[in-house]
Amino acid sequence: MFDRVINLFTSLKLTVALLCLGTLLVFIGTLAQVDEGLYQAQARYFKSFFIWWSPAAGMKLPVFPGGYLLGSLLLVNLFSAHAKRFKFTRKKIGINLTHAGIILLLLGQLLTDVLSTESAMRLAEGESKNFSQDFHANELVVVDMSDTQQDEVIAIPESLVAAQKEIRHPKLPVTLRVKRHWPNTDILGKPANGTVPADATQGVGVGVHVRNLPVTAKMDERNLPSAVIEVLKGNESLGTWLVSSQIGQPQTFTNDHKVYQLALRFTRHYKAHSITLQDFAHDKYKGTDIPKNFSSVIRLQNPATREDREVKIWMNNPLRYGGETYYQAGFDDKDPTVTILQVVRNPGWLTPYLACVLVALGLIVQFMTHLIGFAMKRRTA
Amino acid sequence: MKMFSTLGRTLPWLLVALFAAEALQALRPRAETGFHTREFGRLPALLNGRVQPLDSVGRNSLLQIRNTQDVPLAEKKAWEFWKHPKKLRPGEWLLEVLVRPEQADARNIFLIHHPELLGEFKLEGKGTEKSGLHYFTYAELKPVRPEIHEQAKRLNGVDDKLWTPVQKQLANLERGLTIYERLKNSLRPEVSDDFAKELAEFKQSVPAGMAAVRAQQEGKEFDKEALDRFAKPAQHYYLVEQMALPLIVPPAQPEVSRDNWQNAGANLMEVIRGGEVHPAMNYYAQMASAYRQDKPDAFNRAVEEYRQWLAGKLAPELRKSRNEFFFNNLLPFMRAMIAYIFAFLCACAALATVAWARWSEMFRRSAFYLIALAWVIHTFGLVFRMVLEGRPPVTNLYSSAIFIGWGAVLLGLILERIFKIGIGSAVASLAGFITLIIAHNLSMGGDTMEMLRAVLDTNFWLATHVTVITLGYASTYVAGLIAILFIVLGVFTRHLAGETAKILTRMVYGILCFATLFSFTGTVLGGIWADQSWGRFWGWDPKENGALIIVLWNATILHARWGGLVRERGLMNMAVFGNVVTSFSWFGVNMLGIGLHSYGFMDAAFKWLMIFVATQALFMALGLLPLRLWASFRPTKAAPGDVPPMGGQEKPLPSTG
Repeated sequence: MFDRVINLFTSLKLTVALLCLGTLLVFIGTLAQVDEGLYQAQARYFKSFFIWWSPAAGMKLPVFPGGYLLGSLLLVNLFSAHAKRFKFTRKKIGINLTHAGIILLLLGQLLTDVLSTESAMRLAEGESKNFSQDFHANELVVVDMSDTQQDEVIAIPESLVAAQKEIRHPKLPVTLRVKRHWPNTDILGKPANGTVPADATQGVGVGVHVRNLPVTAKMDERNLPSAVIEVLKGNESLGTWLVSSQIGQPQTFTNDHKVYQLALRFTRHYKAHSITLQDFAHDKYKGTDIPKNFSSVIRLQNPATREDREVKIWMNNPLRYGGETYYQAGFDDKDPTVTILQVVRNPGWLTPYLACVLVALGLIVQFMTHLIGFAMKRRTA
Repeated sequence: MKMFSTLGRTLPWLLVALFAAEALQALRPRAETGFHTREFGRLPALLNGRVQPLDSVGRNSLLQIRNTQDVPLAEKKAWEFWKHPKKLRPGEWLLEVLVRPEQADARNIFLIHHPELLGEFKLEGKGTEKSGLHYFTYAELKPVRPEIHEQAKRLNGVDDKLWTPVQKQLANLERGLTIYERLKNSLRPEVSDDFAKELAEFKQSVPAGMAAVRAQQEGKEFDKEALDRFAKPAQHYYLVEQMALPLIVPPAQPEVSRDNWQNAGANLMEVIRGGEVHPAMNYYAQMASAYRQDKPDAFNRAVEEYRQWLAGKLAPELRKSRNEFFFNNLLPFMRAMIAYIFAFLCACAALATVAWARWSEMFRRSAFYLIALAWVIHTFGLVFRMVLEGRPPVTNLYSSAIFIGWGAVLLGLILERIFKIGIGSAVASLAGFITLIIAHNLSMGGDTMEMLRAVLDTNFWLATHVTVITLGYASTYVAGLIAILFIVLGVFTRHLAGETAKILTRMVYGILCFATLFSFTGTVLGGIWADQSWGRFWGWDPKENGALIIVLWNATILHARWGGLVRERGLMNMAVFGNVVTSFSWFGVNMLGIGLHSYGFMDAAFKWLMIFVATQALFMALGLLPLRLWASFRPTKAAPGDVPPMGGQEKPLPSTG
């Protein structure tokens, strides 16, 4: 029995089957992007162990192996095959190098998937920031602004808000009761088709209306969630606020003579350094709308290391700093002084570089050995 | 016998000499009589963000309007290949549109073939019909022009993926008409007659005219005559400023900025703002008047003087536009395409006459030499384009087709050089022909040397990732084509009865190894580029996935072969499927129109992709027939070896001695 399992996991048949399934999975997952959007299809097909199908509400059937499952099976297959048959001979150098590269690539991607975070930093010329904002995640925050030097931020992920229950936290002086939560909304000043009143008693939410929108998965759109929050001190209500990622103005409540800010906003990732946009250039080719280049000149300041320097970030030339990489990602159609930098933290970013070298080297060695052998045979023939 | 071997050796060379002579005569400079319209076509202008000759302006406009690069002046039937009706070359046509619009209005250039559209605009019975395509003149469309515009306006804001075929054609027609109308107002106002004289008078009228305008605005008394003399042309020039398409006026101070091209109207309006008429405008005005008044000498002199003027400060621009003109008129890819198809016929003849060794060898050699020549021309075109653009070979879908063809032909040639059985030639010529046909159709979209958007503007990654991955496509296709030949020859002929089957298997296997190397390295390099520009190595973007599918599929084939899961026939069928996979990656993903990579959305090609997939499925179905039904492997009563196997062709022809 054990032998049979070993044989299965080390067999080339399994490799072929997995590769075939992989080809099919990538194909299906690509087509699915048309309807489901890049982000959603990615999560459903590639960053999953199974692809689930629900023929009826409440029923879920795994119908196809997902990317994680195929990837890990391939890894197991590769490892066990090499463990069983590994020989360090000259003939095998190519294959071994190639497979080592592929293992590194797969592990590196796993590392990336688990550990990397992507966010964006939007800066107008002259503006400074020490945080970037998440692309997808939102957070409910209560900010204690009593310290003039530094704000204290208590952040609650949106998933807890979505449960629509009471939220308590040792650092939180009050209880937050989530009365309503919508994952994607549009806030309007007056009632319209499909809107509901926000029912807030305090803040900008008084008298406004909320339209519930379908959750979007498109590349160039994001969800703007809203929630209605009642702030309770013990059992006493301090009022009800409408918070939303769409609302920019700060809203505050007072508790024990301290002023707190309350907001639902894009999740912020704070950094030890700050970035100031000095100049943003966006050129187009003469007489066309084709972008020629974008570039941002920024000032990087880090009090801990006493760094204060100017850096230019442009297309294909990112800044790597503090374990993060800053890319020139976009611009604002309406405001020519605004740059959008993408901020990625990815501890595994170097693995593909190494993997590429290993695999290419391995394949070249392997095929060259064949080719030279073939040429020699022909010559002697 | 001796005569035959002499013929067998010389005929292939004669054939090559014929094609080479035809290509060389295109290089010879030609003297012009009458109006020097070719010289005119060499003058530079700025359009699509790049400096190009007026010839290219005309050519790309015509491609978008008429789907052809010139305007035939007489009709001929499609099969009357011996007839060469006179044509208006793109530069000539552009000159006519710019300066003699009333004549240009009578040319059959607007293509409408949807019957509903013809009915809607009451065009039945009008225009000229050629092989089912209806061409109309601007004069014929003029009465319904407002209606066309109104209908086309309704398309605004409608997602172009939802357009019906009628709407698509309407949009094309509107685009063509707009280009044409803008071109007519790109050098001078359409209503102008003696432009040089009008321009001189206008320059004189400006001071008095402006004074009158100012006086009128301040409510004082003003010279009405001076105002009229000035205002009318000013209105026309304003219209030119708004309408003109190419920027024909070069930068006044090229040493400050080489980008500052202007359109004709903008330059004329500067006079009102206190500026000067650019010397280029004066030369163009002289050309316009001379051409209208039918004075070739004056026209030629103005062109020549302007050229000399440009040769001063704008020498690089002039050189570039003259080089591009040369390239446009050389048509290297068209010439290579014709040579490839001849070579393919020769290669087929070599395979068909395999029972007559000498004939077969003669055809095989003809095919091989001809492909080599075509490949040299192909390479020349490829390199010339690269130099013109200052770019690596692949920058867009069009150039990827050119480059895939180039790589596939090279691989086929190498195979033929090694194995000498005609298969390499057959594959090379077919691949060259098909890819150049595809490129030709892609060029119908207009300018194929458009500027690269910011993210692509990096020669390093274009040279590494794009080149390597395109070679991956090319080699996968070559393996697939050999596999198709294996199936066709195996099922229908006895070619594979001998050594040939083994040789083909070895070829496919070897090429798949290279395909894996190229596609893997190319894909990972692409990931690294994405890491440099978007901050992630892999984003499951359709284009990335397409490349990954090729890698996975090639790896599947190789592992299946190593594991003994497939043998010859299985390997071939898998390789044919590789064609489908590669086409999906090359074209299919662009049709999905999503993701960061989707720079070129196109849907006309979808039909062809489906047809291609269907043919590949057919070949695979053939390949799945049991071996006893294959002509090559069917047990026969006659002893094997009746038909000489292709492998026997490796011996050279006996020498004449």
